Amino acid sequence: MIELLLEPFGYQYMVKAIWVSALVGGVCAFLSCYLMLKGWSLMGDALSHAIVPGVALAYLLKVPYAAGAFFSGLLAALAMALVRVRTQLREDAVIGIVFTTFFAAGLLIVSINPTSVNVQSIVLGNILGISDEDVVQVAIIAAISLAILVARWKDLMLVFFDENHARAVGLSPTRMKILFFVLLSACTVAALQTVGAILVIAMVVTPGATGYLLTDRFGVMIWIAIAMGVVTSAAGAYASYFLDGSTGGLIVVFQTVLFLLAFVFAPKHGRLAAVRAARTVEEAGL
Amino acid sequence: MKTPATSSSLAAGPTPSIVVAGVTVRYGNGVTAVHDASFALGPGTICALVGINGSGKSTLFKTLMGFLKPAKGMVSIAGMEVRQALKRGLVAYVPQAEEVDWSFPVLVDDVVMMGRYGHMGFLRIAGKADRDAVDDALARVNMLEFRRRQIGELSGGQRKRVFLARALAQGGRVILLDEPFTGVDVKTEDQIVDLMRELRSEGRLMLVSTHNLGSIPDFCDQVVLVNKTVLAAGPTETTFTHANLQRAFGGALRHFRLEGQALHEDADARRVTVISDDERPLVLYGERDHEKLADGGKVNGERAPGREGRSS
Repeated sequence: MIELLLEPFGYQYMVKAIWVSALVGGVCAFLSCYLMLKGWSLMGDALSHAIVPGVALAYLLKVPYAAGAFFSGLLAALAMALVRVRTQLREDAVIGIVFTTFFAAGLLIVSINPTSVNVQSIVLGNILGISDEDVVQVAIIAAISLAILVARWKDLMLVFFDENHARAVGLSPTRMKILFFVLLSACTVAALQTVGAILVIAMVVTPGATGYLLTDRFGVMIWIAIAMGVVTSAAGAYASYFLDGSTGGLIVVFQTVLFLLAFVFAPKHGRLAAVRAARTVEEAGL
Repeated sequence: MKTPATSSSLAAGPTPSIVVAGVTVRYGNGVTAVHDASFALGPGTICALVGINGSGKSTLFKTLMGFLKPAKGMVSIAGMEVRQALKRGLVAYVPQAEEVDWSFPVLVDDVVMMGRYGHMGFLRIAGKADRDAVDDALARVNMLEFRRRQIGELSGGQRKRVFLARALAQGGRVILLDEPFTGVDVKTEDQIVDLMRELRSEGRLMLVSTHNLGSIPDFCDQVVLVNKTVLAAGPTETTFTHANLQRAFGGALRHFRLEGQALHEDADARRVTVISDDERPLVLYGERDHEKLADGGKVNGERAPGREGRSS
């Protein structure tokens, strides 16, 4: 039995998949704490779809895929800003139009050049088949992002909480927000490999949302989110060996299960606690 | 290293002041929000910033916070450029209640500690001086027992006091307060005013944007009246006049005057004047037609009902 459970660790590609997934899952979870508090979740979704054509072109032209992804993400952000300034359309409509356009362009590029890139590996991720060069890219992106986040998490929190006060202590909110979006783009690119473009959004929303239900302190929330991101990502990669299923799908299913548990059982903000509180009020009223 | 913000002395460091000279501020879309505005304030001052919504009050605040750069003119705080003053943590800001995300996962402690960020190193690790300053600030606003609460669980007045504590922990010498009395009951308002008087006696400079015309003569020694520019600025006794208010508010101001038969059955010549911008009104009670409103003719402690929880 134990032999069977340890079997995945005997394969180098499995070990690689597990630790790369855990690393990416942790960094994405860190970012999720900020993203969900600002109501920017849709923006994260848009970003993850918008980088697809860049990645496809990068593979086609044999340049590092991170460069292509960054370029098309930037283009999408500019396109969104342009449409928003030039029309009366609401933000969600603008985001919807731009990211589907980019995603469609990406699919088109992939389908026209089926030999150079596999559509599945971009849209659904392919961590089990990740190449060594890509592992290096992902590891560098994740490590740098993590280092920056560890150093600046309090400043980012302050900017997200109260821009005026951030200014009063000498921070530049604009610069911090740009830093955040650069980190988000970078980590979205990294996560593309593990869960694919469609499911990246779960990685940068669900852990933060779960942490939010479990604590009233931002620092604690970050720890909960990271732990959740690392464990579910590693577990997803590990379990995909036995189930022979999509790694990304498994990771996101695990995250959703944890979120649902928190949603129901969280000591203060869960549904059961809410019902209990309501009952106490009722009894006190009688 | 910087000294901890102990509660009383401001002896060391720059003297608080605000100088706005000929300032014109334009927004990106070309709209001029404030034109040729000038006023100057010194230490030990509580100054009311009064005007209708859209008169440029928040533009002036944003300019003092360095968020907007004047197209013309000059702003200086404590004798230095705004950016310099901000870098040295001299300017503290107490936000309007609507500006704050009350569901943000931070405790009272965490918010007050944010006031210390400017005193900490790159990684923002709190030292003993920072923790002491937070304790002092919480004690001064009487919020020590609530320090482990999430900020959304507090009442309106408690929420205000948390942000005042943050300004204290920061050691701000110039404190900008944006509508501090909105959504706050009269008892809390009095507590806040008492605290502000204490801070004034320590030599700090406070600029308060408010719609509570009635409380201004109570605690503000200076008034700046704005409407796209500074209409009048100076000591409350000489500046906070009926004529100036009329200029600042125009038709937006409600003005009731009761005299003669409407007020008395006898031939008493005295009359009551009520001036209101939909917040706590200014009530004048006296015989003469008041050019000066703050000359003692005001009925102190007269509280108008029905203003609680209103926002402008």
